[in-house]
Amino acid sequence: MSTASTAKTASAASAASAAGNGCARTAGGPPPAVAAIEVLSPGPLTTVQDLGRPGLASVGVGQSGAADRASLRLANRLVGNPEAAAALELTYGGLRIRFAADATIALTGAPCPGAPMNGPVHIRAGQELAIGIPGEGLRTYLAVRGGIDVPEVLGSRSTDVLSGIGPPVLEKGMRLPIGTRTARFPNVDLAPPQRLGPAVLRVLPGPREDWFVPDALSTLTDSAYVVTKDSNRVGVRLDGSELKRSVLRELPSEGVVTGALQVPPGGAPILFLADHPVTGGYPVIAVVIDADLDRAAQLRAGDAVSFRPAARP
Amino acid sequence: MRVKPAGSSAVLVCLDDPDQVTGLYRELQSAPPAGYVDAIPAAETVMVLFDPARTQAAAIAAWLESASSRAAGTHSADADRAAPLVTIPVRYDGPDLAEIASQTGLSIEEVVYRHTANEYVVAFCGFAPGFGYLTGLDPMLCLPRRTVPRTRIPARSVAIADRFASVYPSTSPGGWHLLGSTEAVMWDLRRQPPALLAPGARVRFEVAK
Repeated sequence: MSTASTAKTASAASAASAAGNGCARTAGGPPPAVAAIEVLSPGPLTTVQDLGRPGLASVGVGQSGAADRASLRLANRLVGNPEAAAALELTYGGLRIRFAADATIALTGAPCPGAPMNGPVHIRAGQELAIGIPGEGLRTYLAVRGGIDVPEVLGSRSTDVLSGIGPPVLEKGMRLPIGTRTARFPNVDLAPPQRLGPAVLRVLPGPREDWFVPDALSTLTDSAYVVTKDSNRVGVRLDGSELKRSVLRELPSEGVVTGALQVPPGGAPILFLADHPVTGGYPVIAVVIDADLDRAAQLRAGDAVSFRPAARP
Repeated sequence: MRVKPAGSSAVLVCLDDPDQVTGLYRELQSAPPAGYVDAIPAAETVMVLFDPARTQAAAIAAWLESASSRAAGTHSADADRAAPLVTIPVRYDGPDLAEIASQTGLSIEEVVYRHTANEYVVAFCGFAPGFGYLTGLDPMLCLPRRTVPRTRIPARSVAIADRFASVYPSTSPGGWHLLGSTEAVMWDLRRQPPALLAPGARVRFEVAK
């Protein structure tokens, strides 16, 4: 199931549903009043994400939103949505859904076998979609024309897995309404495939590089790190050369940003992603630049990652 | 103050104390610089987020330098009067009231009097959404955190620790001393803004009628 061709699965399921389900609407009839997606199997972790809720950090609410923002934006553009519309973020794929009404979807991000990536796909009412496990990368985005229309919480439909704010994580049996807010379709119907390539992330030193021994920054940029399995939307935990501190006193908690490389006492850095805590009590040696955050969001357990000094803006 | 780089779209302002943090945060709120996105005040720092498409770190740093001296020049009482005032009614029946009295050498009545006498300012939020760290606590009430934290503190518990006062917005573990409780809803996701106490706000505690 996990690696089944999407198109084949869809047509097979559609035929099965038409034959076996007496409630199926007749061909050519009016579409159901409420367009929705039914979750048959959520996969390892699927959440609803848009571009998050910026501007609330001062009261302790993080931005959250799609971890790979470029892929979310692309998926939305391909189905003619506003770029900030809510879509599904799949972690390690594995999602199986059924559409209650005709829909136009697009998949971007980590490429899943058999799934039509990077272009709009038309789905008929009653069709099932089974998405496999990506061979590389971690997060796949599924946008639906009209957007996923779950209620907003504090101005966003994003699930923040750290604070629990936002819609619930997808579960079997859940119905996700599809909205009606759309933009114009783009003039292309296929985006060039994105190649992930080796993970080389550019960093700017600071704000607390002076809390580390003088060669800690070169240790960070000269050695290879490996992504550990306890990584999630909060952060990517890394294994590799220890970053030794020179200042050992306690750091009063301070604001942290997405991309921050925070170093707990063990000396192995954590790279903060979309759902990172708003403040942290361990020093941040360097920050991955914004342009490389989408690549960072595609890091999966076991991946090698290296850091390079970025040019000062 | 020192302004330190924090990636391609933020700078970290390092200050000496929570009062400077409040002063700078209020400047950011009243007339933010071009390209300003958000700020995260903390005990001795303010993380200032900006949009690199609209401004640069150097321009933000220059604005922060002048805002910081403006804030230092402003009499804090004047800035205080312009900030919103939140009054929180408290039932002073917390489990640590007697211990606070014995540790400070005050009577329970005097502990309550001193907690209600001062006006506080929300210096920053942290620990949990809507948890504000309030400066202005009477020095006589400054006690280190409890040596053994509680595993469960009920939502809306009114508490003090170190030089701060606060109210727990939701049920959580914690090591602060509990003075009592309030009916005020500190955190509500259906409310805009969700937090009753945002940085810069003034706060008074009063004995609930």
